[in-house]
Amino acid sequence: MDTSTDASTAGNTDARPVLEGPDIARVLTRIAHEIVERAKGAEDVVLLGIPTRGVFLARRLAEKLEEITGRKIPVGSLDITMYRDDLRMKPARALGRTEIPADGLDGRLVVLVDDVLFSGRTIRAALDALGDLGRPRAVQLAVLVDRGHRELPIRADYVGKNLPTSLRETVKVQLAEEDGRDTVLLGSKQQTTGA
Amino acid sequence: MSKILIRGAKVLGGEPQDVLIDGETIEAVGTGLIAEGAQVIEADGKVLLPGLVDLHTHLREPGREDSETVLTGTQAAASGGYTAVFAMANTFPVADTAGVVEQVWRLGKESGYCDVQPIGAVTVGLEGKQLAELGAMHDSAAQVTVFSDDGKCVDDAVIMRRALEYVKAFGGVVAQHAQEPRLTEGAQMNEGIVSAELGLGGWPAVAEESVIARDVLLAEHVGSRVHICHLSTAGSVEIIRWAKSRGIDVTAEVTPHHLLLTDELVRSYNPVYKVNPPLRTEADVLALREALADGTIDIVATDHAPHPHEDKDCEWAAAAMGMVGLETALSVVQQTMVETGLLDWSGVAERMSYKPARIGSLTGHGRPVSAGEPANLTLVDTAYRGEVDPAGFASRSRNTPYEGRELPGRVTHTWLRGRATVVDGKLA
Amino acid sequence: MKRHLISAADLTRDDAVLVLDTAEEMARVADRPIKKLPTLRGRTIVNLFFEDSTRTRISFEAAAKRLSADVINFSAKGSSVSKGESLKDTALTLEAMGADAVVIRHPASGAPYRLANSGWIDSTVVNAGDGTHEHPTQALLDAFTLRRRLVGRDAGMGKGLDGRRVTIVGDVLHSRVARSNVLLLHTLGAEVTLVAPPTLVPVGVESWPCEVSYDLDAVLPKSDAVMMLRVQRERMNAAFFPTEREYSRRYGLNGHRMAKMPGEAIVMHPGPMVRGMEITAEVADSDRCTAVEQVANGVSARMAVLYLLLGGSEPAISTTRTEENN
Repeated sequence: MDTSTDASTAGNTDARPVLEGPDIARVLTRIAHEIVERAKGAEDVVLLGIPTRGVFLARRLAEKLEEITGRKIPVGSLDITMYRDDLRMKPARALGRTEIPADGLDGRLVVLVDDVLFSGRTIRAALDALGDLGRPRAVQLAVLVDRGHRELPIRADYVGKNLPTSLRETVKVQLAEEDGRDTVLLGSKQQTTGA
Repeated sequence: MSKILIRGAKVLGGEPQDVLIDGETIEAVGTGLIAEGAQVIEADGKVLLPGLVDLHTHLREPGREDSETVLTGTQAAASGGYTAVFAMANTFPVADTAGVVEQVWRLGKESGYCDVQPIGAVTVGLEGKQLAELGAMHDSAAQVTVFSDDGKCVDDAVIMRRALEYVKAFGGVVAQHAQEPRLTEGAQMNEGIVSAELGLGGWPAVAEESVIARDVLLAEHVGSRVHICHLSTAGSVEIIRWAKSRGIDVTAEVTPHHLLLTDELVRSYNPVYKVNPPLRTEADVLALREALADGTIDIVATDHAPHPHEDKDCEWAAAAMGMVGLETALSVVQQTMVETGLLDWSGVAERMSYKPARIGSLTGHGRPVSAGEPANLTLVDTAYRGEVDPAGFASRSRNTPYEGRELPGRVTHTWLRGRATVVDGKLA
Repeated sequence: MKRHLISAADLTRDDAVLVLDTAEEMARVADRPIKKLPTLRGRTIVNLFFEDSTRTRISFEAAAKRLSADVINFSAKGSSVSKGESLKDTALTLEAMGADAVVIRHPASGAPYRLANSGWIDSTVVNAGDGTHEHPTQALLDAFTLRRRLVGRDAGMGKGLDGRRVTIVGDVLHSRVARSNVLLLHTLGAEVTLVAPPTLVPVGVESWPCEVSYDLDAVLPKSDAVMMLRVQRERMNAAFFPTEREYSRRYGLNGHRMAKMPGEAIVMHPGPMVRGMEITAEVADSDRCTAVEQVANGVSARMAVLYLLLGGSEPAISTTRTEENN
């Protein structure tokens, strides 16, 4: 899939886990409760995951919200590739899936879900994409890890773990649906991006 | 005129000999020749051939001087080792009258680089309808003996029959461009696997072969001789072979490009490979080489067809047909016939000098390299290897299919009746 | 992917699947309230049409505009081209205007190839149909339509057309659509059969990766899809077939023939249809006929092509999917 996965499975001693499976589950449960609390019962919440791993996180969050509220929570995906501001810096990228729940986004509270919040550019692109898809009542952001180094005035409403990092470090989220296990790895750039 | 001593030349590829030229004539051929005051050319093992004769050249003048003139065309010919060329009739105006053929003939005389023998059109305006004044062209100063509508086929069987018959009166010959016009409407390349893929209009082999078959039978019927231009298919070879076995008086030519190139090159859609008849398949190329070796095909003729850059720097369908060839012909023949062991150098002399002169009834050319003969000679450095660079061409046009291709051999000297036209590879 | 799209043969299987997958995502844009993406903002795409083809031109135009590219339409009619300006000079002019891509339709086979490979211009070149050579985006939209219908919208993602039997009927000789489809559908694993009178099959077809039959009725029961090609009436005058009536009788698709096709099999037509000639109204208007769907799919497929060629610093790399966290 990508280099960090290879590095970690190859036993890269430099990449160390900062969150393990049970931590991730606990963190998502907490975020679900926070959403219910802040959204006053989460009646009009729509979860939109940003591919790839944000989508899995959104689905897990939706399950937890359904457990708490006893109601079905609409969940979808929002691919931001075609809204990126760095398209011309790399070869054209394959697209992810955008799947908007049947009832749409108008008047809803959209919670964007992503794995790592870094520069904020992904979220900027996501906000642009949202604008073409409907008019939510409000938009909030939930992330598993906030690693700092924002380049835009963007902050998360729900954070699983604040993880102060240096720019030389890499943060990789692995989820069972895609990678076979749940973990968040902190590594160093030289080791993990060299391949 | 002073004497020239060519020392150590492999005459027709044989053992090194000396050749002494005195004025316009070869004075002696032998070993250890000494000539007081003679200019000495150290041939150093190069091959000495009789001056080449091209039965099929397009000099473009009058009318298309932007692509070639008689002067630049004959300079190109000299550079390629030729001492005589037959100039095709499809000029503007068409060489279908005594006036036009005399003009071309006179321009050739003035150029001084090689002899120019005009070919007259068979029909008025190459239109295939009415015979041109063949007798008048023969009786003119140009003394035309070869007639051709080349570029177009004399497709009307009756006109062809009459032309074949008529020129017997003065020993003329009709050179047919064999192309059935209806079968080649919109034709862009050889019809086959490649044309099917490229979606280019097909020029089927049968369009050539059916006309050749008709014409050899016509020649037999009326007891005339006929010459077939630029054979391009294995089937054409079979028909000529059959005709010769029946005793039909037919001769045939092949171009250097049909001995080397195939229609696979058209995949580039580069119009430099667009030519008529089109490049054919590998099997055709091999059949043509074999036929040239065994004498079924009599001669190599260049079909030197200059075109200005803009007529080739465009999409395939819009491009002109034809390739320049005078300056690369001998190299291509060396590569395809000599270095493959199919021909020796005396075989090359037969097919590129003696026989074309005989077919065209040209005296003074295509003569043996021996004492008393006219000093029309060409000296070839057969060991040379180099990439073709059209920028160095003497021709006004650059539409060669060999650009950047390595070909063997290089003409270092050409003498026209004892006068050097090319010295050390450069025009004199 | 290669930098230009000249022939369906330019596409590997991975490339082709990537285009179809991307087209599937692009198709969703058509269902949104705002049918526009900012992706190619600031890019200039020239539609260079030397031949009348309103359908293809507006399809490319819609695709480019949905991706926010600037579109310049250059049609040969009434332009300097008809005054003898060469393809080369026209191309140089367009490049000087800053074209990032040239979408070219030309009556001469190979003109797009020349444009891409002669060093005249640096732009990306997309072949929108050249002479009787190829029409690769038509083949892509046809493959897209086939995959949606025969494999499924979601089930088809990441997949080809393996084992699907596609029959192409009509004037194969003069058809750029047939050439591109044979190549692309073969690349995607489909089994292609060409059906036409022998006069309309090119000499040399034996090297194509397909079967050839002269008997439509024998092939129909073994077809998952039948693609009808337009047959121009003027071909009759060049003796390719005796009469329109005889052509229709032997190679036209009518209701009776359609009934011989398997239950789920579809009828395709690249348009414009000559009703009564190669296809009867009954077939053209049936649910099985995808002609209208193909038009919509054309925009999606062309969006995919333009995005994958122009949406990055270089064309998409189809073998690896890149992913970043930032």
